[in-house]
Amino acid sequence: MPGPGNLEEPMRFKRHLRRSEPYIFAALLLLCLAVELRSGQFFTGNNIVDLARSLTVPAIFCIGEMLVLISGGVDVSFPAIASLSMYVVSRYLDDYQGTVALNLFVGAVLGLVMGGLNGFLVARFRFPAMLVTLGTTSVFSGILFGALGAREYPVPPPMYDLGKAKLFSAHNPVSGLSSDMPVSILLLALLLAATWFLLNRTLTGRGIYAIGGDPVAAERAGFNLFRIQMFIYCFSGALAGLTGVIRGSMMLNCHPTNLNGMEMTCIAACVLGGASITGGKGTLFGVMLGITLMTVMANSLILIGVPTYWQRVFTGAIILVGTGVSAYQALRGRRKPGAVARRAGHA
Amino acid sequence: MPETLSEPVRRPGFFGRDKNFTRLLAIFVLVFIGCAILKPDLFLKASNFQSMAKQFPEFGLLSIGVALTMLTGGIDLSVVNIGNLAAVLAARVMISFAPKGSSPEQTLTVVVAAMVLALFVGALCGAVNGLLVSKIGIPAILATLGTQQLFMGLAIVVTSGRPISGLPMIYARYGNRNIFGAVPVVLAVFAVSALIVGVLLSRTRFGAKLYMLGSNATAARFAGINVDRLYVLAYMLSGLLAAVAGLIMMARSNSAKADYGISYTMQSILIAVLGGVSPNGGRGNVQGVVAAVLILQLLSSVLNMFENISNFYRDILWGIVMIGVLIINYLINVRDLRRQSQ
Repeated sequence: MPGPGNLEEPMRFKRHLRRSEPYIFAALLLLCLAVELRSGQFFTGNNIVDLARSLTVPAIFCIGEMLVLISGGVDVSFPAIASLSMYVVSRYLDDYQGTVALNLFVGAVLGLVMGGLNGFLVARFRFPAMLVTLGTTSVFSGILFGALGAREYPVPPPMYDLGKAKLFSAHNPVSGLSSDMPVSILLLALLLAATWFLLNRTLTGRGIYAIGGDPVAAERAGFNLFRIQMFIYCFSGALAGLTGVIRGSMMLNCHPTNLNGMEMTCIAACVLGGASITGGKGTLFGVMLGITLMTVMANSLILIGVPTYWQRVFTGAIILVGTGVSAYQALRGRRKPGAVARRAGHA
Repeated sequence: MPETLSEPVRRPGFFGRDKNFTRLLAIFVLVFIGCAILKPDLFLKASNFQSMAKQFPEFGLLSIGVALTMLTGGIDLSVVNIGNLAAVLAARVMISFAPKGSSPEQTLTVVVAAMVLALFVGALCGAVNGLLVSKIGIPAILATLGTQQLFMGLAIVVTSGRPISGLPMIYARYGNRNIFGAVPVVLAVFAVSALIVGVLLSRTRFGAKLYMLGSNATAARFAGINVDRLYVLAYMLSGLLAAVAGLIMMARSNSAKADYGISYTMQSILIAVLGGVSPNGGRGNVQGVVAAVLILQLLSSVLNMFENISNFYRDILWGIVMIGVLIINYLINVRDLRRQSQ
């Protein structure tokens, strides 16, 4: 799944070393081995299933965030969109008894509308996406807690059933714990396949890379900037709304605050996985590696004896090291004689 | 995002800035009159003004810090966390070296030393941000996102996640005092800091270079400006202001904690944008930011006076105000450009 190819770099091997996927894969492997050596509990059925379970929701968020990043934007509003969709679906469909597809659909539509607002502001006025989504986050969470007075709320029966449903169950004879593989992971697989197709086999997908690489060139090449940006933010909003409903199901309860802060994890995961914050680059494979690394770290640091207090320090350090390596390579490339220095610090 | 995308209109000349400030002053006056009409009995009281003057300095200082980094074309998402880390360390020092029952002289020395330490920590954290942005080349929003976690994490490690209280009495006593019985100490601190940064930006070579860097980093580099050093200085200054804000928060609550004032991050970006600082760098000034701080404080105070309006409506309002300001600035830019081309 290559991004737009680097034309002046004919050597394949060297090109692969420039990518971040190999590094992040190695880091992930090392971390898993370290946890296994220290605790002996990493490569057990129930731990893997637990990881998959805690991975599902952030991974879907990452798909949306990645599209936005590739297009040269950034979206910090998806936790707010997801929470608002989750709450509205739980609260106003609470005696609905039919199939869960309707709950998911309503969640996705709500998300789509909110994402559409982001998209309109970014595409029509060309405001920095960071500011727009910060602003709409404030509005959405204000509506959630102010106008709707959100608090913990039970989820409707179909969502409860979805949360209880399992593909299989993994039992650990040593610890006596067992974990259920959630059905929602199928949805993640489906979305991954669909997004892969979108990015690599459709013109819209190429357009997303193109406008992230160079919006002016993309427009001259005939891509409709407004339409593509609207599409990206609507898509990512719809994913967020859908994920909100899934989250509610998996928790068996609607906690309107517990997605807060997820935006940082997901942006970090995407960037670790090689999605460029300045646009034009990113692959689903890399991003999935990134979010897996973040999840393993959050779940397993305690297994290798790192006190919980240190967790945030580690997260911060990983973000900085992960983004620093590729940024430094790019910076050195730019500052070679003849290369035009681009402004640092510009998002 | 390249300039062509996020800023379709770039106006030459200096009048735009002044016009922006005039507009903000007009908004301030209108909001003030609006507040006075809505709640004349509660709003127009000396005690109300005094309590407002004690509230805004902390996020005002953070906003000026964020604005400085936005002038360079970056952003600082870690200001609140720098403030908290500085405060937490200062609190630790105060409690360890001036326990209850120490002599007044010793306590005073320790308190002053702890404050100096806090400022040093703030500048150091800012320098880390600046180095990550300039020497390593990480985009500012990511670098400060990472250090946000890092600094907050360190503060949690230092405090074990609990608030630190039991500070020496004199700290909060002097911090919450009024000078001449009318002007709160924190307001004076804010005014002096804002003045210093304002002078730095408008009257010194450092300020001129900073605007140049923000308008066009490549041109600044080719003009022989030490761009890396300038980035580091800008982020250091932001960290320093954040540490001052942290000390103020510590005086107000008489304690220090790893996650005080988290909502200030969003609010200080909003204020900087409202104050006319361009998120693409190169435009904006301290006067504008101060005016925006005051406007937001008025709105927030008057909203508080309506008991049946939930605090969360404030979030909706902030979001709408921020996007509204962006749209208004956009429309004004378009109109001005049209006039120029006629």
